[in-house]
Amino acid sequence: MKKPFPVLPAITVLVAAAYFLVPLFATFYFSLKMTRGTLSFAAYQSVFNSREFLDSLVYSTLASLAAIVMGALIIVPTVYWVRLKIPKLRPVVEFVSLLPLIVPGVVLVFGYIRLFGSNSYLPLTNTDRGTDLLLVLGFVIMSMPYMYRAVDNGMAAIDISTLTEAAESLGASRLRTVALVIFPNVRSSIIAGSFLTFSISLGEFVLPSLLNRPAFGPYLVQLGQDRAYEPAALAIMAFGFTWACMALMQVFANKKPGQGVVPRLPFLSRKERSA
Amino acid sequence: MTSTSAASSENTRTRVPGPRELGTKNWSWLGVVPFFLFAFLFLIGPLLYLIAGAFQNADGQFTLDNMVALGGANIIASFSLSIRLSLLSALMGTIAGLIVAHAVVLGGLPKWVRNAFMTFSGVASNFAGVPLAFAFIATLGRLGLVTVLLRELFGFNLYAAGFNLFSFVGLALVYLYFQLPLMLLIITPALDGLKSEWREAAEILGATRRQYWQMVGLPVLTPSILGCFLLLFANAFGTLATVYALMGSGFDVVPIVLFQQIRGNVLYNPNLGYALAVGMIVVMGISNVLYLLLRRRAERWQK
Repeated sequence: MKKPFPVLPAITVLVAAAYFLVPLFATFYFSLKMTRGTLSFAAYQSVFNSREFLDSLVYSTLASLAAIVMGALIIVPTVYWVRLKIPKLRPVVEFVSLLPLIVPGVVLVFGYIRLFGSNSYLPLTNTDRGTDLLLVLGFVIMSMPYMYRAVDNGMAAIDISTLTEAAESLGASRLRTVALVIFPNVRSSIIAGSFLTFSISLGEFVLPSLLNRPAFGPYLVQLGQDRAYEPAALAIMAFGFTWACMALMQVFANKKPGQGVVPRLPFLSRKERSA
Repeated sequence: MTSTSAASSENTRTRVPGPRELGTKNWSWLGVVPFFLFAFLFLIGPLLYLIAGAFQNADGQFTLDNMVALGGANIIASFSLSIRLSLLSALMGTIAGLIVAHAVVLGGLPKWVRNAFMTFSGVASNFAGVPLAFAFIATLGRLGLVTVLLRELFGFNLYAAGFNLFSFVGLALVYLYFQLPLMLLIITPALDGLKSEWREAAEILGATRRQYWQMVGLPVLTPSILGCFLLLFANAFGTLATVYALMGSGFDVVPIVLFQQIRGNVLYNPNLGYALAVGMIVVMGISNVLYLLLRRRAERWQK
């Protein structure tokens, strides 16, 4: 009883695939045309040789990493504590964590500039370090919905009250329990959330642009106005980077607690499931 | 258990009380203080400040002038532009996403097609902002690959035919690149939730394919589809970087206007800026709340 080949769905899928893949191919091809008459990686070379590219990339990477660490330090203990001690508060924490989804970055940074500007009680924007801190805090807020969801899912998969009792009956303090028992058990969730945070913050344009920090997003926009081929090269690299972040996030998000740090390859585990 | 440990903690007061005993004395709310302090300082506080400022004049007195100023021609025009653009791109994303999702999930294609689309969508829905604009300029810009190929191979001049990437429609086409994958990701669970029993029951009762969709499939899916549409709308409404990289600062969608206000590139009136910000939050808030309500309704069928 073999069904006829699904012609219409096949055409739909081909058209959709073309819409998705043609821009990628076109961008890649365009990025190779910097030297007249031949295809070369000159645009990529030019990007990597630029001082500004490296500086802004390093700056954004550091800011994103700081945001990841800070986000994990705030969210993991909170999710743990709320689940263990005050489950009544969970909807409130969830609501606050998801709130950034309805606050566009431009609104958030506007609030920052006014509330932490030079005439305020906490004039963070007066110094470069203070503005850096504000940028990192903004990244933490913007990625909070994703970090929260990842950690909350991870926490739901482990039995935190039993783990806590076990740790306490062995004489561990609360801090030790969180640091040495809970953190390692939700490690893969944190890493999954981290990759998402990283892909959001690294190319973020609005926050650093309005806070006047030399980050990667503003550099990209500037480059787009000044050059022709380098932006295409950067778009290809950005796509590859997003792909890597999402793939790694998937790998870690699907891991079970207690699995090793080196993840099993996803295509292997898929085969196991179907077998 | 609570009462005994509370009593024993009274006795051991002079000793260092264990964390558990502190917990039973109802100090446990202390554990969430850092989170709420952080959220208050860097999320809720700034928002409240903007909201309060929207109802004040430059001297800090209460006024509704800023709200009235939101009705000014320029601002109405940019809200209208933003809303029309978001509606169009959400509509395109919803319809195209629905068609693709139907083909991929229910079309009887091999499993790997679905996996490939889902994986790709996870990436593409996050591939927004400046690089996306660059990719489309390299594809459909005046010197983009597709534009040039069409001209050289088929003698078809895309731009002479009325297409322009740097326009309202062009922008909607660019948005589709992250809207369609998002739609695909969030509607697939709903399509999976259509039980095959329903279809079989309808077929046994003599329903045609069209009748099944009209009377069973679509009514069940409607809350999900509407919800997804709203989410896509909000997603487009908040987009700034893609527009900015593609159009520069001349395309007056609301985020760009606010961006320009903050930069001080236009006549600067902070209180009007607050009102703009509040307007954005209201639009985003309404569409997200409706989305959540519709999703709850949709989940009735997914037990």
